[in-house]
Amino acid sequence: MSSLLPLFVIVPLAAGFIAPLGQFWNQTHGARTVRALALLAGACLLAGSLALLGRGPVVCWIGGWPEPGRATVGLSLVVDGLTELLLVTVNTIAFLALLYSWSYVQRFTGQVLYYCLFLIMLAGMNGVVLSGDLFNVFVFMEVAVMASYALVAFGVDRSELEASFKYIILGSVSSLFVLLGVGLLYNLTGQLNMALVAQHLAAREPTPAVWLAAGCFVMGFGLKSAMVPFHAWLPDAHPSAPAPISAMLSGVLIKAAGVYALCRILFNVFGMTSPTGSAYAHVLMTLGALSMVIGVLLAIGQWDFKRLLAYHSISQMGYVLLSIGVGGAVLAAGGSKTVAGLAVFGGLFHLVNHAVFKGLLFLCSGAVEYATGTRDLHELGGLKKNMPATSGCCRVAALAIAGVPPFNGFFSKLIIIVAVAAAGYWMLAGMAVFVSFMTLLSFVKVQRYVLEGTPAHTTAAVREVPFPMQVAMVGLAIGCLLLGVLAPLHKDRLITPAGRVLTDERAYAATFQPPTFDVTIPEIAARPDSQERQP
Amino acid sequence: MTFGTLPYVLALVLMLIGLYVIVAKKNIIKIILGVLILEHSINLFLLLQGYRHGGTAPIRAPGQLDTEAFAATSVDPLPQALILTSIVIGLGCLALMVCLAVRLYERFGTFDITRIRELRG
Repeated sequence: MSSLLPLFVIVPLAAGFIAPLGQFWNQTHGARTVRALALLAGACLLAGSLALLGRGPVVCWIGGWPEPGRATVGLSLVVDGLTELLLVTVNTIAFLALLYSWSYVQRFTGQVLYYCLFLIMLAGMNGVVLSGDLFNVFVFMEVAVMASYALVAFGVDRSELEASFKYIILGSVSSLFVLLGVGLLYNLTGQLNMALVAQHLAAREPTPAVWLAAGCFVMGFGLKSAMVPFHAWLPDAHPSAPAPISAMLSGVLIKAAGVYALCRILFNVFGMTSPTGSAYAHVLMTLGALSMVIGVLLAIGQWDFKRLLAYHSISQMGYVLLSIGVGGAVLAAGGSKTVAGLAVFGGLFHLVNHAVFKGLLFLCSGAVEYATGTRDLHELGGLKKNMPATSGCCRVAALAIAGVPPFNGFFSKLIIIVAVAAAGYWMLAGMAVFVSFMTLLSFVKVQRYVLEGTPAHTTAAVREVPFPMQVAMVGLAIGCLLLGVLAPLHKDRLITPAGRVLTDERAYAATFQPPTFDVTIPEIAARPDSQERQP
Repeated sequence: MTFGTLPYVLALVLMLIGLYVIVAKKNIIKIILGVLILEHSINLFLLLQGYRHGGTAPIRAPGQLDTEAFAATSVDPLPQALILTSIVIGLGCLALMVCLAVRLYERFGTFDITRIRELRG
């Protein structure tokens, strides 16, 4: 079983590099073969990630190093509840986005390269969530975001190039801060395996260097997940990409390379119950609350459909970080495990829900743009008559993100608000309610200007989008409903184990138990000048 | 300040120069150079993690089988492997950034970022 784990990276990577060969074969058949190959790869990954559910902690050492206990330079892939949750989310959205791309991308030139970049990005994201090694997290994150830089600029129009340039500069700076954090942790512990680093950090007093490393990770991954002081690139970059890519970027990339990595490192490596844990938790809460409020306030005034959705991504990811941060704060203060578990559960549930409904909203905006050629809300209107499937799905997604029962967004927001209030942060709970209300207001505007009203001259003769695009959207819309209504059925298999990974934070360090704990290069940690540099 | 900390100071200074160039300069090419300087400052920092004064190269001579004795005299090879990876990643990133700069120049006719402002709000 564990030897199959590298396939989550190998399959999309191999398919991504085989794909460009298709265009040498035959122009028309080549493109179709590449599409089919990409879809097949996506389906295999989805099936694999579903099969992995509930298999518990599995560790796979790559490279055949003879003694995993000693050879701490070997790379490990680790699967636990949190990884399973993220893998299922990433691969589900990816499969549906590939299905949607089947028709959507046919208008573009160079669609073979589109699939190549898409699959490389998918390989990077799967790698980030699987990796048990700090440096490997950095490498896979770079693989994923580098493909996304190119995909943002895919249209090579003026605004797309500008957005991609902003994104690549800020993305590079954030990656370099993550690399600096990895270097600092290697300096402190002489290890790169996350479980071993966690064991080392738990055994020592926090020095300023630990704070510095945590700060580097917060800044690096905070920029990747577009939390509010670092959010400037997201509203430019996400709308500029083709719609299925926007769905992937907003739906899963900011979670896999941002929120997941940040939570994994702060909870499972640095540890919330450590003396510094309370500070980390409060940083997460502050970032979350700021993003939640400022994101939605900036979204209100937008008239570009996709830009509006991008601002809502910042706001909704704020909910996720706020809730997980509150869970961490309760853990750090030694409070009730139940409340902490509920807060973390709410955050992770909202993370999954956001992937589903925001993915759906971006696909709907793509369908609207595909049919009408514009995404300016002023020029749209009256689409519900000619595009029944798209407008039905758009309505479901808008109700879900605004938190209207019985859709999934309602349940996760309710759990978040209850958990935050139960932890004693009444102000933050009030803010969450307020933001939810503003979100509803903003999506009433979308409904009013896109679906209702009299058809504008640009939209009078539109037709419904092709069948594969409809299937992808209807699939996500059903997901919005079922994730909410069937929560009692799926929560014990999907989300509770993931939450337990974060609340029982020391369990992760215990996934690595070497028979003879012996550091290969003992001088590194003890070298006299290793502590002196503090930038 | 001992001699051993000087390279760390150099890394810090380079890092600050890189960040300053990224934030303050208006020319796209200069911003790309700023990213490069920042990247190399961090590579230098990583390299210093494995440095040992007077250490030998981390290559085992044929027949030398004593791992402990070898590890006690050689420099740490792991950061060097990390830097190699990070340089390759940086190269890919640089190529993409330069491609974007060329395309931006074709579209806008300028390298000045204050005049490349389609997106706002």
